[in-house]
Amino acid sequence: MTLTDRQQLSYIASQAADARLNVELETEGMTLNIGPQHPATHGTLRIICRLDGEQVIWAEPSAGYMHRGYEKLTEVRTFPQVTTLVNRIDWLGSFANEVPFILAAEKLMEIEAPPRAQVIRTILFELSRIANVSLFLGDLGVQMGAVTPVFLAFRDREYVLNLIESATGGRFHPNFDRIGGLKDDLPKGWIDEARQSVKKLMQFCDTIEDLLFGNEIFQSRMRGIGVIPAEVAKDYGLSGPNLRASGVDWDLRRDQELPMAWDKADWKVWTHPDGDSWARCWIRLQETRESCKIVEQLLDQIPAGPVMTKVPRIIKVPAGEAWVSTENPLGEMGYYVVSKGDLGPFRVKIRSASFNNISVVPWVLKGVYVPDVITILASLYFILGDIDR
Amino acid sequence: MGLVDKGRLPAPLTKLFNMSRSYSLWVYQWGLACCAIEMGAAFGSPRYDVMRLGVIPLPASPRQADFVCVSGTVTDKMAPAVRRLWEQMPEPKYAISMGSCANCGGPYWDSYSVTKGVDQLIPIDVYVPGCPPRPEALLEGIVLLQQRIKNEDMAAKWRGDEFTTLQRTRAVEAGEVDRDGELISDTHSVSEDPMPDPDPEPIVVGGGPIE
Repeated sequence: MTLTDRQQLSYIASQAADARLNVELETEGMTLNIGPQHPATHGTLRIICRLDGEQVIWAEPSAGYMHRGYEKLTEVRTFPQVTTLVNRIDWLGSFANEVPFILAAEKLMEIEAPPRAQVIRTILFELSRIANVSLFLGDLGVQMGAVTPVFLAFRDREYVLNLIESATGGRFHPNFDRIGGLKDDLPKGWIDEARQSVKKLMQFCDTIEDLLFGNEIFQSRMRGIGVIPAEVAKDYGLSGPNLRASGVDWDLRRDQELPMAWDKADWKVWTHPDGDSWARCWIRLQETRESCKIVEQLLDQIPAGPVMTKVPRIIKVPAGEAWVSTENPLGEMGYYVVSKGDLGPFRVKIRSASFNNISVVPWVLKGVYVPDVITILASLYFILGDIDR
Repeated sequence: MGLVDKGRLPAPLTKLFNMSRSYSLWVYQWGLACCAIEMGAAFGSPRYDVMRLGVIPLPASPRQADFVCVSGTVTDKMAPAVRRLWEQMPEPKYAISMGSCANCGGPYWDSYSVTKGVDQLIPIDVYVPGCPPRPEALLEGIVLLQQRIKNEDMAAKWRGDEFTTLQRTRAVEAGEVDRDGELISDTHSVSEDPMPDPDPEPIVVGGGPIE
């Protein structure tokens, strides 16, 4: 395991804390219950911490407060109806949830969306990533007592939501993807509007960087806190920005052949060697900028043509099994779809990013101080619908 | 508040109290799922800005809140917590159910783990339909709640001993009890009261069915 100095220091510190706790005076422990309703938990996650003084000696997330039984529900829905459900898994980046499921269904039917639909899909995918991460960047300040960024985030996020709404009709849950393409074409004037909105989002990133990332308090609360080394991150199955912040260069948008348009744009996968809370936040900031760049470039490259291939009116997906995963705002999200040739899927296994991302919580919270619990949870960035499904 | 204890208040005083209550509502944000983000947009964003309506969205605990906005999917695991939150809130208290899931289960109407409607747990004053409702819809729900508070029989609400407000208003309307909560043997003896009639039925934003 190769670690940077900072990682090593923090790792050693947490090990030392463990050892000290065993040797030092027996003090009476205390169990602290964070959640199930807490602003830092982004929903209804409950984290049970056993404390010794100010230090956490044992922590465990208790999920399930938002379990809605998705995998069972997909068995009684038809294929087009499932997109309505999967929209609501990661509710901040809804469109990104539909794409892997639709791609899996298309893979089983052996059809492919027309090029125009692929590019528009990619644009909407990246817009939903911006909508997702911009709220994270705003919320980050609240966890440390800075209230201003969240107002900025809600203000500038509206530009993206307006774009998504004018294109899809749904502000939050678009339900716009169809097997074989998209429901509709883009409305008139949307591309110019999108260009302006993306510029505003770039400015928002600059503002947040000035306000938060350059702030001394922010840095001292984030730097060297909650270090996850690359090996540990891999072992726990972390994905997305959390993994890249630990220095693993892995992005499914780049590393995977999919009928999407990411390869048509020029963008960069950012990694950070530190693996601490600050790195995770910084990666997300950079990724928002990269998403803006992708959208800007793809807006110039939308080819002419239809947005829908020929599919039968009543969709029956041939029998078979398919696995498709994409790089969603929170990490790798995949669907394993088993079809028996019926109107609906026989079984859908959903692999969502947050569930694996919080599995590292017991490891990373060991030995940290109570105020750092909140910042570490904030920097890991999970969404409860994505954990519990 | 001797007057309140006796269950009678002069009408102008009631009006004044009701008006002040309706424009200083502290809302506890019980955000559970997708709707929580739209609630955040309504309560926390400069575009929708709920504070201009006299609603303060930042109580530190349910014990300081005037009404709770349950927004999102209530699961069976979460249900006891919702009930407990409601019991922690002091009277007079109100509840807004935001979104299809909280109203009736929404897209999870056939799920094994979702509570189909938060009104099975707590009495709801205003339903806001939508999946999720736009922030404007939630704001309208709050305006409707304020109108209800303005027309309320405050004495009956404040005493709130053996009945919840909704039960009491329903019982009064059915003629089973009088406004002091005393059982009426003769159902025709409900006396004329100078107080405005409390509105017993829950409000649905948009006036349609709860969905």
